[in-house]
Amino acid sequence: MLYLKFVSIHLKSQMQYKTSFFLTILGQFLASFTALLGVWFMFERFPEVEGFTFPEVLLCVATVLLAFSLAECFGRGLDQFPQLISNGMFDRILVRPRSAVFQVLTARIDFSRLGRFVQAVLVFAYAIPASGVQWSWDKILTLILMVVCGSIVFFCLFMVYAGFAFFFVEGLEFMNIFTDGGREFGRYPFAVYGEKVLKFLTYVIPLALFQYYPLLYLLDREQGLLFMLSPLGGLLFAVPAYLFWHLGLRRYVSTGS
Amino acid sequence: MKKYQALFTIRFSSGLQYRAAALGGIATQFAWGFMELLAFLAFYKANPGAYPMEFSQTVSYIWLQQAFLALFMTWFYEQDIFETITSGAVAYELVRPIDLYNRWFCHSAANRLARAVLRCFPILLVAFIVPEPLRMSLPPDLGQFGLFMISVPLSLGVVVAFTMLVYISVFFTLSPIGVRIVAALLADFLAGGIVPLPFFPDVVRGVVEILPFAAMQNMPLRIYSGHISGAAAVRGLFLQAFWFVILVVLGKLWMKLALRRAVVQGG
Repeated sequence: MLYLKFVSIHLKSQMQYKTSFFLTILGQFLASFTALLGVWFMFERFPEVEGFTFPEVLLCVATVLLAFSLAECFGRGLDQFPQLISNGMFDRILVRPRSAVFQVLTARIDFSRLGRFVQAVLVFAYAIPASGVQWSWDKILTLILMVVCGSIVFFCLFMVYAGFAFFFVEGLEFMNIFTDGGREFGRYPFAVYGEKVLKFLTYVIPLALFQYYPLLYLLDREQGLLFMLSPLGGLLFAVPAYLFWHLGLRRYVSTGS
Repeated sequence: MKKYQALFTIRFSSGLQYRAAALGGIATQFAWGFMELLAFLAFYKANPGAYPMEFSQTVSYIWLQQAFLALFMTWFYEQDIFETITSGAVAYELVRPIDLYNRWFCHSAANRLARAVLRCFPILLVAFIVPEPLRMSLPPDLGQFGLFMISVPLSLGVVVAFTMLVYISVFFTLSPIGVRIVAALLADFLAGGIVPLPFFPDVVRGVVEILPFAAMQNMPLRIYSGHISGAAAVRGLFLQAFWFVILVVLGKLWMKLALRRAVVQGG
């Protein structure tokens, strides 16, 4: 399959600069590690926030981090899409006989983004036994759904970000609130930020659907199937995200080069 | 001195041109500060006495941090300085009758100041009118505000002198990525960029409070909020001045060393 071919090419090319590759991984690791230390310092002072303990919050940290790092690794092309538009490279993509999304995605696959991935796995290794969750099949399935659907939601956010590049050349920084912000603030269950923020992150940008609600199910605070399967609801976000991108594509005017 | 003033003015006014980009930045930083504070609020709600800063002090700290992000962020570097070094174009710079360290220092400081001027006012304005308890408060008294006003430029000086060390290290490593990321992240963390220094566990706090990083955003933000006041604040200013001088002297010496062994390849 063509996509796998691209994956292997990108992997090979990044392996040519091994030192820089591993240093970038280390940097990514450290970046999320200082954030993790910050969380730990807060819990050192007082053992819970809104009824969640430190190991329970760590489940959140790891889920969001893992989902984000996967989305970033494979969706990095979308992240750099604004440059493709401003330097006119996108015109070349449009004349090739493959879908534009596919080509944008394969323009860049960044494995150094997996520094966060490593960290997320380590945090899971600690938090899964320490959180006191009685692990059963349904809960394991819930956790997998959280990570998989989470990375799809982040991926869609990258797509919306790229979609905005069709309309604005500058000032795209505000989308960082949802991508980087979603990662940073997703370290606490979203209910911590109050009801209004939680509603927004449920119905508008469905970050809470793969984080807060299924977490309640894992911790036995809610029993309903709705809570267990809520990450699937987040997948609906793909529809507006794709439509938005498509709308942008249709009104695309080249910048020339 | 005059040429540095001119350099500063040029860089400052060219930095002021990017207004549309600033708009995106303002929105991001405002939302960022807002979320940050909501998280702190949730922690304080359960037991306000458990934390080393009063909530109102934390509020001022976070809003100021977002408003003046451009002055204090340790992960912001001038890409063209890196390129000048790695491409060898630095040779042209050396021909000019101007000290390279001072030139780059001016360049960075002016750029940061321009970015901060564009961004800080809207953020501060909103921070002063959002509803309680997230509303930012005025400093305790005028004297404290005066100390804050001295502390800000010192803090900018320390941050820029620190980034200069990272630039100079590129003369030796030629690859800015590794050193830059690690240095920037550690400095940000130890300066109180992730959580304010008072929240650090007491074991490490004693050491962290006297490192050069504590002379960065930590000092002005805590002086404004009144968490450090009176004699302690004056001591803080001396700590900042001390580290500023040390970092500049170190940077100049290191630069001299780097330039002595720099080889221009011709071409």
